[in-house]
Amino acid sequence: MSPATYEAALLELAEARPEVVVMTAENRAAIRNLPPLLGARFVDVGICEQTMIGAAAGLALRGRTPVVHALATFLVMRAFEFIRTDVGIANLPVTLVGAVPGFLSDGNGPTHQALEDVALMRGIPHMQVICPADGEELIAALPAILDSRAPTYVRFNAMPAAVTHTAPFEIGRAELVAPGAEGGVTLLTYGFLLREVMAARQVLEECGVPAAVLNMRSLKPIDEAAVLQAARRSRLLVAVEDHFQTGGLYSIVAETMVRHGVLCRLQSISLGERWFKPALLADVLAHEGFTGPAIAGKVLAEISEMGALSVLDETLVDIPGGGSHLAGR
Amino acid sequence: MATGGGCFIGASLSCADLLVYLYTRVLRVSPATLADPGRDYLFLSKGHDVPALYGTLAELGYIPRERLAQHLRTTDSIYWHPNRAVPGVEFHSGSLGHLLSVAIGVALDIRLRGGANRVWVILGDGELDEGSVWEACLVASALRLDNLAAIVDRNEFQANVRTEELVPLEPIPAKFEAFGWSCRTADGHSFADLEAALGPLSEAPYVAGKPSVVVARTVRGKGLPSIEARADRWFANFTAEEIAGLLEELHGGESRALTSEGLVVR
Repeated sequence: MSPATYEAALLELAEARPEVVVMTAENRAAIRNLPPLLGARFVDVGICEQTMIGAAAGLALRGRTPVVHALATFLVMRAFEFIRTDVGIANLPVTLVGAVPGFLSDGNGPTHQALEDVALMRGIPHMQVICPADGEELIAALPAILDSRAPTYVRFNAMPAAVTHTAPFEIGRAELVAPGAEGGVTLLTYGFLLREVMAARQVLEECGVPAAVLNMRSLKPIDEAAVLQAARRSRLLVAVEDHFQTGGLYSIVAETMVRHGVLCRLQSISLGERWFKPALLADVLAHEGFTGPAIAGKVLAEISEMGALSVLDETLVDIPGGGSHLAGR
Repeated sequence: MATGGGCFIGASLSCADLLVYLYTRVLRVSPATLADPGRDYLFLSKGHDVPALYGTLAELGYIPRERLAQHLRTTDSIYWHPNRAVPGVEFHSGSLGHLLSVAIGVALDIRLRGGANRVWVILGDGELDEGSVWEACLVASALRLDNLAAIVDRNEFQANVRTEELVPLEPIPAKFEAFGWSCRTADGHSFADLEAALGPLSEAPYVAGKPSVVVARTVRGKGLPSIEARADRWFANFTAEEIAGLLEELHGGESRALTSEGLVVR
């Protein structure tokens, strides 16, 4: 049976793998009970993110596989150059666990809002970016990440599962959570927003819009086949993320489609170019329009706009090369 | 290496004596033990002094001497900053303020495994401007890493100006002491002085439970009077003729005027 919590999972891995060292820059929320259990293999460096990353690189040079913890913003931004230069250039097996990413920083305010973490981390060569939908997936991802021996950023999320996972976690593989239909919509998301996206799907289905849902738990490497299949069978793709529009899932999906010349209209439901209103999570979702019904409403509005465009679309379809530039926006 | 593209000659010459002393008298490492986890580690944190390291490694047989002629050639990977793909280079550097942190991880693992080997880091004095150096000093002290020793190459210059004219660093020893390190000073060009300061550290820290640091007083461009302590001789790209003159100068000959337009500050 798999362990019940992230902490228990990490402990189990550390017990089985003597090379694991757990580090933190004084962020112990998810690993509070580990110090006495791991002894010298638990290293808290205090509020020194840069030193933590450099030291993790040093430990990795000696054959360790450090799993480091800090708030996502401070981990990926305060220590960015250390991650890029010490871990990235040397391609060392360091796992970076960023706490309270995206909306999960709820009431902290913009200093704590990691809304560009995916963009920054995926920009580092060979860095994997893993965004579990819930605690269950986070725990399932850990051994795969350590086995990969690749530098990995984990968007920490230990919330209860909102779906029953059917596909075992695999790096580079998305999970088709709801099938949808040919010519319908595919909603792509990652992290805890899967819960809201599933609720949005319910609303869309009730409105007669078939909607597939893809859990994009591995943003890098991305599951290209899943994205392309969705692009081929859907009328509209929707990338839902608690991230700025630049460099996250929306960019990844767009790049993937363009690279393969498979185009589909792509809607971004993201934070665009803004930080979000700090409040408790439920209120943030309501205020920012990320509840299931709010997401569904944005998708329906997009579909309605597409309806207005469809006449144009049909007009242009006979012009050589003219069809594609309407697809995607 | 100071021709055909040039190199950071001033900073290299200020720590050349240090490196020679460390590699011949202090470090328990050899070309045969480069992969031995029990070896002593030396990290070149300031990085742009790597010509001094490559020269030392070539003299001691870590790399063939001819390989130095590959400097800046795309057929090899020897460039202005350390590359860990070169035997004897423990880690890449060039971005200041990184390798004390990396050394902490190595020292920590050595302690976890009960190893007796020691970890050395050469820091530039200008590098002490970086906050990450002091963050790492706090952490090394908190972790009581007494198998870790730093050497500050105190040549009194940063890239363009004297350190004390820009962001004054003194008193450096008191700063390290205040951060929980045990500090001594030495003439970085006197083997007798280095023996007194570094010798004991090859076996044990100055003070049990504390990381150690030696502030080595050095001269930028040491050995070449026409370059020594001149702000405009940080980076140099000399002509072959000038190199010949400088080599004569190094061996006691008279200084000749340097005319190369390649003397640039970066």
